[in-house]
Amino acid sequence: MASEGATVPADRKRPHSVGRFLRSQMRNIAPFLTLICLTGFFAAASPSFATLDNFGNILTQVSVTGIIAVGLTFVILCAEIDLSIASIANVTGIAVAYFTLQESYVNIANVPMPGWAAVMLALALCALLGVVNAFGLTVIGIPSFIMTLAMMQIAAGISALLVRGQIAYKVPDVITTLGSGSIGGIPWIVIVAALMLLGGHLVLTYTRFGRYVYMVGGNREAAEYSGLNVKLILGSVMVIAAVCSGIGGMLGVAHFGSAQQNEFDTYLLDSIAAVVVGGTSLFGGRGGIGNTVVGLFVLGVLNNGLDHVNIDSFLKILIRGLILLAALVINVYAQKLRERSVE
Amino acid sequence: MTPQRSPLLELRGITKAFGGVEALRGVDFALFAGEIHGLVGENGAGKSTLMKIIAGVHAEFSGRFALDGKDTRFRSTRDAHAAGIAMVHQELSVAPDLSVAENVFLGTQPTNRFGLVQWRRMAREAGEQLAKFGIDVDPMSRLGDLPIGMQQLIEIARVLFSGARIVILDEPTSALSPPEVERLFATLRRLRDEGCAIVFISHFIEDILRVSDTVTVFRNGRKVAETESAATSKAALIEAMIGKGSEALGETYTDDIMLPPPTDRPAVLKADELTLARSLQDVSFEARGGEVLGIYGFMGCGQLELARILFGKIKPDRGTLIVGGEPKTFASTAAARRAGVAFVPESRRAMLFHQEPVYKNISISVLGRISALLLKPARERSIAARQVEQLQIRPAAVDLELGMLSGGNQQKVALAKWLSYPPRLLVLCEPTRGMDVGAKNDVINIIRELRAKGLAVIVLSTEPETVLSLADRIIVLKRGAVVREFAHEMVSKDRLLQAA
Repeated sequence: MASEGATVPADRKRPHSVGRFLRSQMRNIAPFLTLICLTGFFAAASPSFATLDNFGNILTQVSVTGIIAVGLTFVILCAEIDLSIASIANVTGIAVAYFTLQESYVNIANVPMPGWAAVMLALALCALLGVVNAFGLTVIGIPSFIMTLAMMQIAAGISALLVRGQIAYKVPDVITTLGSGSIGGIPWIVIVAALMLLGGHLVLTYTRFGRYVYMVGGNREAAEYSGLNVKLILGSVMVIAAVCSGIGGMLGVAHFGSAQQNEFDTYLLDSIAAVVVGGTSLFGGRGGIGNTVVGLFVLGVLNNGLDHVNIDSFLKILIRGLILLAALVINVYAQKLRERSVE
Repeated sequence: MTPQRSPLLELRGITKAFGGVEALRGVDFALFAGEIHGLVGENGAGKSTLMKIIAGVHAEFSGRFALDGKDTRFRSTRDAHAAGIAMVHQELSVAPDLSVAENVFLGTQPTNRFGLVQWRRMAREAGEQLAKFGIDVDPMSRLGDLPIGMQQLIEIARVLFSGARIVILDEPTSALSPPEVERLFATLRRLRDEGCAIVFISHFIEDILRVSDTVTVFRNGRKVAETESAATSKAALIEAMIGKGSEALGETYTDDIMLPPPTDRPAVLKADELTLARSLQDVSFEARGGEVLGIYGFMGCGQLELARILFGKIKPDRGTLIVGGEPKTFASTAAARRAGVAFVPESRRAMLFHQEPVYKNISISVLGRISALLLKPARERSIAARQVEQLQIRPAAVDLELGMLSGGNQQKVALAKWLSYPPRLLVLCEPTRGMDVGAKNDVINIIRELRAKGLAVIVLSTEPETVLSLADRIIVLKRGAVVREFAHEMVSKDRLLQAA
């Protein structure tokens, strides 16, 4: 006695399905097209752009952003936001230097420790800050936008107290190697970024936790009524974001060769841009690391390519802003198209 | 009444498909001024789709659409509004944080010549309009603080008094108590006599027969019958709806039925003096294995809150829950699930992931059992396929996005997610609300099978039929308190209504 109201006549399905598929995949297709267009444009505009060397440059340039963006992808998939990622990266990078013996001319009251201990303490610090974010979001109920805005200041404040306007240079050897060394011509930092992106992808696609992240992002109320521990999942993604940021911060410090205040300021916007430009939905539940990788390349190609075509460096900032706006428009528009195609 | 004038609204050969699913096939429909036109049909038969076309929600369709004899196409609901067409959708759409008056005047607040809102005038006029409808509330109180049934009445009132000449009501009575339904009907009749055309969609065929002048029946996206209400009967309409003999389905529960003797199985759940501010007062009851406990009451009697306490979504101010012999205070819904409690809320939207495929919707609540760390998609699909098969979910495709299914089938998916690993206690809010007769029977049979397996089932409903068709024992809630328990005795719709 089943209702037969929604049976699908097979012959009626075809004519609609290509258009419907394209519309529902808009958020994956648009970033990819953008990437191809940008690459084509810069390759035509500058002979030095489309070279293997330069491709290596682009990979290195997006690595720190990539590491930070792994965690942010989790957060945005849950329809939350983390504005403290750059600050946490900064404070973790500073902390790992703070616990390392500096040259005598560095005027920082640092606490030297063995390399492994310094790394552990720095990781513990970023995890702790992530836990504070998680606590504020889930237990107290502060919206993530505001909670992480406060954390942005807190982490910046800790950074300031640790270095007091000075610059530290030394970090543990393992961090130096991973941040600025290379193996077989491939920079370690690119390998770390690739492995973390891959790890993030595997977790999101093949683990139970990853599925829960998508479900919480897709319909939080339904997730709760399905007996998921929504607060635990939201808390976890905030901690994951903070730890990814911390790792990015430590390697970034080694990559840049110094640890100082405000070193990572541009990485907040870059990371958010990479995730969103890649097509992960700001409303949660759609997208993933694959999108983030495409987004990273769009930003990387854009930043790098603008250097090659000899453009006013102040205009670059404006262009980046406009590209981000275009991506936001596509992001929101893709969501609407998708909803229409499902209806 | 048989209006001889030309129709106010005339549709010819309307066809509409979603993706590949055809919801309407060559439907003709005419609506005259001064009539109440009832629409009946099973879920997915196309009633709501047709109404959404009329209200401008769906702009893409094929066929002829004529208003006042002129060909018209609405591109949006705004166009439809401008043409005097208004619709009350099945799901409540109000602004709970605004005042009653602001909700009544949503989008049409009276302003002075500086463009500022005239609060006093708005409050007074809102109060007057609602009073005509028999609603006596403070127009400046926050809408969300009122009971759901009252909110729904206010939403309907807003649409009815918006000056529209065509008003469409989709399942308006499902959240209303009988006296509220009476008030609604009186208002509808008055508006009809003033010359409005009203379309009334409902699963309550008695309601349709009582209030409408004409009835149209839909089946599988086609119009199968149109008749004067006075010239038809419930049995005839049901037969047209489902297209076969319907003796077994015409059950009305107006006669007394005998509740079975109580089981001697141990209580799976004991609730003791549950109290929640403004909702529940010292509610105590037991749910035993192999038994369906019905909890009946009008909208706003506290049953929604009670269900949420049982599933750990709300914490009671006072009182204890004993599950399987142990006292429990659920810190989260996850804790309630671990203790063996499953829950299906009254709204499908709150339970399902519309953009995800069917199999993910079904497997979500059992992932913890079938996978420690890594997902097993093949296993998930096979579990889902088994449930789709058992519950006769159509279309039977586990990879189809849930949003493509009809409402009744979505409701079955909401149930299916708990059944691959049956819980100890199943809490169901309005398990058959808004479902067609066939799907309703399917759900009733599923619940009976679960009972036979020894599960404790609690069914909370505002529809006496739902409780009567399922329950072995019934408690009646009134304003947050248990006022009556029916066990091993005669019960009927009348007796339930009288108790509540």
